[in-house]
Amino acid sequence: MAHAHSDHPAPAILAEVNPAPLPRATLVENNRSLNWVTEKICGIIEAPTPKWWWIAFAVSGFLALFTIAGIAYLVAAGVGVWGHANPVNWAWDIVNFVFWIGIGHAGTLISAILCLLRQKWRTSINRAAEAMTIFAVVCAAIFPVFHVGRVWFAVLPGYLFPFPNSNAIWPQFRSPLEWDVFAVSTYGTVSVLFWYVGLIPDLAILRDRFYKAGNKVKSFLYGIFAMGWRGSNRHWSNYEMAYLILAGVSTPLVLSVHTIVSFDFAVSLLPGWHTTIFPPYFVAGAIFSGFGMVLTLMLPLRAIFRLEDLITQYHIDCMCKIVLATGTIVGYAYGMEFFIAWYGANPYEGFAFINRAFGHYAWAYWIMIGCNVITPQFFWFKKVRQNIAFVWVLSIFVNVGMWFERFVIIVTSLARDFLPSSWGYYSPSAVEIFTFFGTFGVFGVLFLLFIRFLPIMPMAEIKAVMPQADVHGGHDKH
Amino acid sequence: MAASLYGLIARFDTAPEIYHAAEQVRDAGYKNWDCITPFPVHGLDGAMGVRRSHVPKFSLLGGITGFITGMSMIWFMNSVDYPLIVGGKPYFSPLFAFPVAYELTILFTAFATIAGMFIMNLLPQHYHPVLKSKEILRGLDDAFYVVIEARDPRFDLARARALLTQAGAKEISELEA
Repeated sequence: MAHAHSDHPAPAILAEVNPAPLPRATLVENNRSLNWVTEKICGIIEAPTPKWWWIAFAVSGFLALFTIAGIAYLVAAGVGVWGHANPVNWAWDIVNFVFWIGIGHAGTLISAILCLLRQKWRTSINRAAEAMTIFAVVCAAIFPVFHVGRVWFAVLPGYLFPFPNSNAIWPQFRSPLEWDVFAVSTYGTVSVLFWYVGLIPDLAILRDRFYKAGNKVKSFLYGIFAMGWRGSNRHWSNYEMAYLILAGVSTPLVLSVHTIVSFDFAVSLLPGWHTTIFPPYFVAGAIFSGFGMVLTLMLPLRAIFRLEDLITQYHIDCMCKIVLATGTIVGYAYGMEFFIAWYGANPYEGFAFINRAFGHYAWAYWIMIGCNVITPQFFWFKKVRQNIAFVWVLSIFVNVGMWFERFVIIVTSLARDFLPSSWGYYSPSAVEIFTFFGTFGVFGVLFLLFIRFLPIMPMAEIKAVMPQADVHGGHDKH
Repeated sequence: MAASLYGLIARFDTAPEIYHAAEQVRDAGYKNWDCITPFPVHGLDGAMGVRRSHVPKFSLLGGITGFITGMSMIWFMNSVDYPLIVGGKPYFSPLFAFPVAYELTILFTAFATIAGMFIMNLLPQHYHPVLKSKEILRGLDDAFYVVIEARDPRFDLARARALLTQAGAKEISELEA
């Protein structure tokens, strides 16, 4: 954690008033030692690969092949292999893009925003959440790059990225689609950098442990990336400042990225898209779905690796409450959209919302409402939050619901726009379906590699929030 | 005495101990010395007399560069080199250019911050006497060390040992360069 304040003597008023100490939740339970934390996290990497990991890797790898095959076929045969047809020319591809980017946002929120808000409980989950962000951005980026059809024009000769090209043409910077290019690229790059900077002290620990255990090859590999870190306090001073600045810069980044993604829709004129509620609504929805995915990933890891002392009930409570809060914001946004559609007396807007609830895609709409509005409300109840299996199931519902939300927004507005003669019904083709489900395989492969080779929790940050870290020997004064 | 002595390294077992030890070493007037800790110890900067980090200066420079780069790039591309008429609107406006310039500001700030951190820390530095020592294993795990370098003008082997012992060190050893 980074606050470089120097010590002030306690003001005299404190001795007079003698406030009761505030009960704070224990972040690492069972009075663990610093060494216990190191052994626990490094033990996962140093142990032989568990059998379940190989099975999961095989399954994920197989799933990932669907995406590779789907993309290869798409590039070879053209965008016609997807189910897109007038009027619905954005469908699963853009839904999947927004879905994956949204998931990524929770990682940055946990790392950056919770750091600025001094929420110490973030330390158990932030590394895995940041890794989730990076892999989610990888899965997301597949879609805008490949949905253009002629991918070779998109990336290099300057349709997306401003490179000099043979037509001497540059991108048009008034378009949110171009803003997206910079937003998502910046987001991916900064996320990787932030994650890597956080890893440096832990890579140093692994470097030295492998060296002591006699494994010179692994020690060398981890050591390269550890940059020669030696735990020097003069280094920590600069490191903490850099971390704080990265957190400070990542916060407006995460807010802006999903805002810009929402602009893809909001700047159009379509009923159901052209509303100013989209930026905050999308950002809240992204955090909602991201925390759902964090729970989906961390709860099984907690059970498998016996991390109950590090990811405590308090941590799970906090995550559930954030899901509840953001889910309620999303529910409020649904209500507000409906209200404004009626209040604004725009017949097209009004129709768009009636159509969502009762038209051809009503089935998708009600799945969305059930998963996004009703599901998080269970988290009001402590008994529910303490039932880990149930929390995990609810987190799956949250992700399903958020996928359907993007589907409802994108497809219903396109399928029924201004002119009835343009109306059409969209169905995904098999290629689209396989490509999407394959991205879960891509994500799984990357995440499994992460948990096998890298420390899933930031040991240095966790130790810094344990009672042993307090120089005044036990009382937490902030 | 070792032919090439880098300095002394002394172990302390808790954060309060190293905090108070650091204060004593600072007050004794040493300049070339350091603490090795497994995590950033709150308040140790003040106890060591370490000034505020210079990394923010790099970040500011990076951010300003990013913003100017974004705005000028868009101005040049959409207004000078290949002017694009979009909806009859002006070729360039800081409003429409803002999102991309904003993202580049953040990107360049991040690059500059990390570069600044590495530069100020003189990293990567894969060789260092502390890294050769047996103490580094615990120094990154659960123990806290003070290192006083022999090149410090005030350094005297016996006096440094005495200071560290008096500050409460559990074990003192010599580091070879």
